[in-house]
Amino acid sequence: MTLIAETELQSFVLLRLGDRRFALAAAQIAELVAPSRIFHFPNRTPEIEGVLLRRGRIVPVCDVAEKLIGKTLRSRRFYLIAQRCYGAQTEWIALPVTGDCALINAEMTLPSDTDAPHVGGWLSHGGDVIEVLNLVALTPGPNEISPVLATVHAQEVRN
Amino acid sequence: MRIATQHKTAPVRSEQIILFRVSGQLFAVSSASVQEVRGVDTLSATAKEIDLPDLPKVKHFVHRGENSLYVVNAAMHFGLHPAPPSLVFVLRRTRTALLIDSIEKMTTMTRLQALPLAFCHEERSWYRGLTALEQTVVPVIKPDGFLTPDQLFSLDASLLPRESPAIYTASDMEPTP
Repeated sequence: MTLIAETELQSFVLLRLGDRRFALAAAQIAELVAPSRIFHFPNRTPEIEGVLLRRGRIVPVCDVAEKLIGKTLRSRRFYLIAQRCYGAQTEWIALPVTGDCALINAEMTLPSDTDAPHVGGWLSHGGDVIEVLNLVALTPGPNEISPVLATVHAQEVRN
Repeated sequence: MRIATQHKTAPVRSEQIILFRVSGQLFAVSSASVQEVRGVDTLSATAKEIDLPDLPKVKHFVHRGENSLYVVNAAMHFGLHPAPPSLVFVLRRTRTALLIDSIEKMTTMTRLQALPLAFCHEERSWYRGLTALEQTVVPVIKPDGFLTPDQLFSLDASLLPRESPAIYTASDMEPTP
């Protein structure tokens, strides 16, 4: 009889920012898109670079590189479109990345109390230890979405 | 016999909008929200100066009936590089007259997407949402988002006659026994 160790393998998308690699849960990823035009308009959310138009949807672009590697990306750019939760609501957000992304299966180690809030866990892959990103902590959004705001937002979409 | 399938399509709701520019940036406003479009020159004859150091985007007001209409510099409101405005939108059901650079055109939007929640600061009160027009994304302004109730209160208070300032203290508000 052969005993197979049961491990909780999950799918992750590896992304590259400069020289470093990070991971996001594959379930959060909508698609990887080629360099696209970014539209700008006045706002007071400095983390948002602008918006891009994808399949008729307007998607905010959030450059997380400065937070993660200390500098913004110059040579990029693909956009990894991920789903970001705002309370019970989910919206797309585009993350600029350098180069291609890869899909892997790996076991995630949970973060410790001393890890930064944007660390959702850790992976060991190809000899590297890779941070799994927590988009809620990494990208801007209201601290707490009240049911009232969620309702108003839903009405705005319908209008 | 073959029966043709009838496809029922929901009628597309559309809204007429005015595209306008402020410091080169394109914005949209519902045409129903614009009561009047005037040249800056025609306004200057009736406008009076107002000076509220905390609110530099408002430099003038106009008396309209019993109310005062405050002239808001849109470039300053949005934090854009100021350019000499040439037109004023008098916004319906507000006390705002908006200084803008130019009108681009009138058109129709069929879809207004709510401002993504990633935008989580002051801009949430500036825009009704975003619309995609001819492969461009245009923010659609919220007419009542230019002056907050607190700002209107301060502006109204600054117009009170200075000779007889109304000074109230906490004790004035207490009920008389």
